[in-house]
Amino acid sequence: MRIELQKRPTPSALYAVLSPFIALGLTLIAGAIMFTILGKNPVDALYSFFIEPLTEVWSIHELTVKAAPLILIAVGLSVCYRSNNWNIGAEGQFIMGGILGSLVPILMPGFQSWLTLPLMLLLGMAGGAAWGAIPAFLKTRFNTNEILVSLMLVYTAQLFLDWLARGVLRDPNGNNFPGSIRFPSAAQLPEIMPSQGSAHYGIFLAIIAAVIIWFMLSFTLNGFQVRVLGANPRAGRFAGFSQTRMTYFAFLLSGGLAGLAGIAEVSGAIGQLRETISPGYGFTAIIVAFLGRLSPLGAIAAGFMLALTYLGGEAAQMTLGISDKVGRVFQGLLLFFVLGCDTLINYQVRLVLRKAAPAAGGQG
Amino acid sequence: MDIAQNILLTIMTAATPLLIAAIGELVVERSGVLNLGVEGMMVIGAVCGFAATILSGSPWIGMLAAIVAGAVASLLFGVLTLSLAANQVATGLSLTLLGLGLSGMIGESFVGSAGIKLASLDIPVLSDIPLIGRLIFGQDPIFYMSLILTGGVAWFLFRTRAGLTLRAIGDNHASAHALGINVLKIRYLAVMFGGACAGLAGAHLSLVYTPQWVENMTAGRGWIALALVVFASWRPWRVLGGAYLFGAVSIGQLHAQALGIGIPSQFLSALPYVATIVVLVIISRDRRLTLMNTPASLGQAFVPDR
Repeated sequence: MRIELQKRPTPSALYAVLSPFIALGLTLIAGAIMFTILGKNPVDALYSFFIEPLTEVWSIHELTVKAAPLILIAVGLSVCYRSNNWNIGAEGQFIMGGILGSLVPILMPGFQSWLTLPLMLLLGMAGGAAWGAIPAFLKTRFNTNEILVSLMLVYTAQLFLDWLARGVLRDPNGNNFPGSIRFPSAAQLPEIMPSQGSAHYGIFLAIIAAVIIWFMLSFTLNGFQVRVLGANPRAGRFAGFSQTRMTYFAFLLSGGLAGLAGIAEVSGAIGQLRETISPGYGFTAIIVAFLGRLSPLGAIAAGFMLALTYLGGEAAQMTLGISDKVGRVFQGLLLFFVLGCDTLINYQVRLVLRKAAPAAGGQG
Repeated sequence: MDIAQNILLTIMTAATPLLIAAIGELVVERSGVLNLGVEGMMVIGAVCGFAATILSGSPWIGMLAAIVAGAVASLLFGVLTLSLAANQVATGLSLTLLGLGLSGMIGESFVGSAGIKLASLDIPVLSDIPLIGRLIFGQDPIFYMSLILTGGVAWFLFRTRAGLTLRAIGDNHASAHALGINVLKIRYLAVMFGGACAGLAGAHLSLVYTPQWVENMTAGRGWIALALVVFASWRPWRVLGGAYLFGAVSIGQLHAQALGIGIPSQFLSALPYVATIVVLVIISRDRRLTLMNTPASLGQAFVPDR
């Protein structure tokens, strides 16, 4: 048995819309099989994984808390991947943004005005962008592989944060527990409806960023350059577009947005700088970017979907007594199926059960 | 002398998983496929090897299970990137993410279990040679396999016809196809070899290096193995040198931590990762040389026309 691909004359518009949904469907089927193997009723399990978190107001709030960083990061990554720049170190840029932004309330706890929060957010973006600039610089200057550099910088950032939170930035009155002082309220991203749940204004930042970047990609020269250099670097060079500038643009943008997500998470959801501030948002956002078909608006929907896998994992642990790692497995499966289904857009896929007759070999 | 011998021994133990995973990935990349899922396959190998050892009581069966698990995981990657021509970078990443999640789930009930160490295999007579005897001939079986793999792959790639075919596919898959070579079949075999090696490397971690299961116990070694392939300009014996260099860096920082030389432990722990970046910069600085060494079809999907 083998799979035969036949290139379509033009990409299929139908499958461009359908493929994420087919992938979701296949993930659900794979999930049902997995739950059955684990000895759970698949219908009950899928219900508590994907539906139950949506039935309570507080858990919908939780959903937006988790969706906000995923969308922010994925919007930047979409631009990056479209322009053929492989930033997979958003997790590290997220952490550096969280660190740099947190310096304001930690080092200047007395500085509490309406300027505090904007300054923190700006510094967060700067921290993420600076961390993202390293692989961009090394790629453009020394031709170094940006995938490996950006990833190595994740581990470095994690260790750096661990050192800060246990060392110089630790709360002196914290009984030797790691973690900084709790931020004063002027340094916290406020909650939208504090009486009902924990959702903070980060989700608005995310949606605004997505709309701006969508506009940039669709209607500006810069966005056109992203698309041309990504789809056909040679054509881009002939048009006079600079690959070097594009690499910097992609990494600074995605790093900056990841950094913004980091400081929004620290100041909105956590309220202090801890030794770990991310349950892998930077990596999950890669899945979000692809599920959203590398479109900033698609990233919004995909961000909520992946946020659901975080909540579903927690729910599965509580109600079904299975590991919350199930959420991670679902995320990995989803990306697999999304990438597989994207083949349908450019190719006709045929399953050939028997070997083709040798005579057919010479044609085409 | 004994101290120096012990340090060398630990360096070799730390280098072995890097070496095996990198040798596997080298074959994959020589065939023109970039599999970024090494970390994921390695961690799956580690957990399956550990679980099978506990369940069967034999670390040898654990080792076999790890090899099979790594190869099966790589097959997932193969179906997507080879048969469905999906983006190799993204698919490799998803294999890593899936591997980390799946291994966490499988391993959850084994956290804290006492593992069984794969006993070292002293080669009679040779292991009694003074100074080097214990270092080279008194090691664990996976260490010997790492050397055999390195030599075997070097011989295969540069001294056999099949190796030449594999490199030809990696340099120009369209021409190889035109010559009647079954590009996808050979790439499938290469990808599965890489997966099996990554699985074995994982088994070394959970059966020899630290005989226990800890979540994410690969800690980026799969990524360092990927960097080693670039560092070695896709040449097996240079991978060996690179792996031992990295083994030395990671052991050196552990000793520095133990001595308490006043540098925060986190900075020392970051050393292998920073060293990877520095080495990558040095090696890829010369654009022409990199271009000459890199398999020309690396990372490009191949769809046979008929």
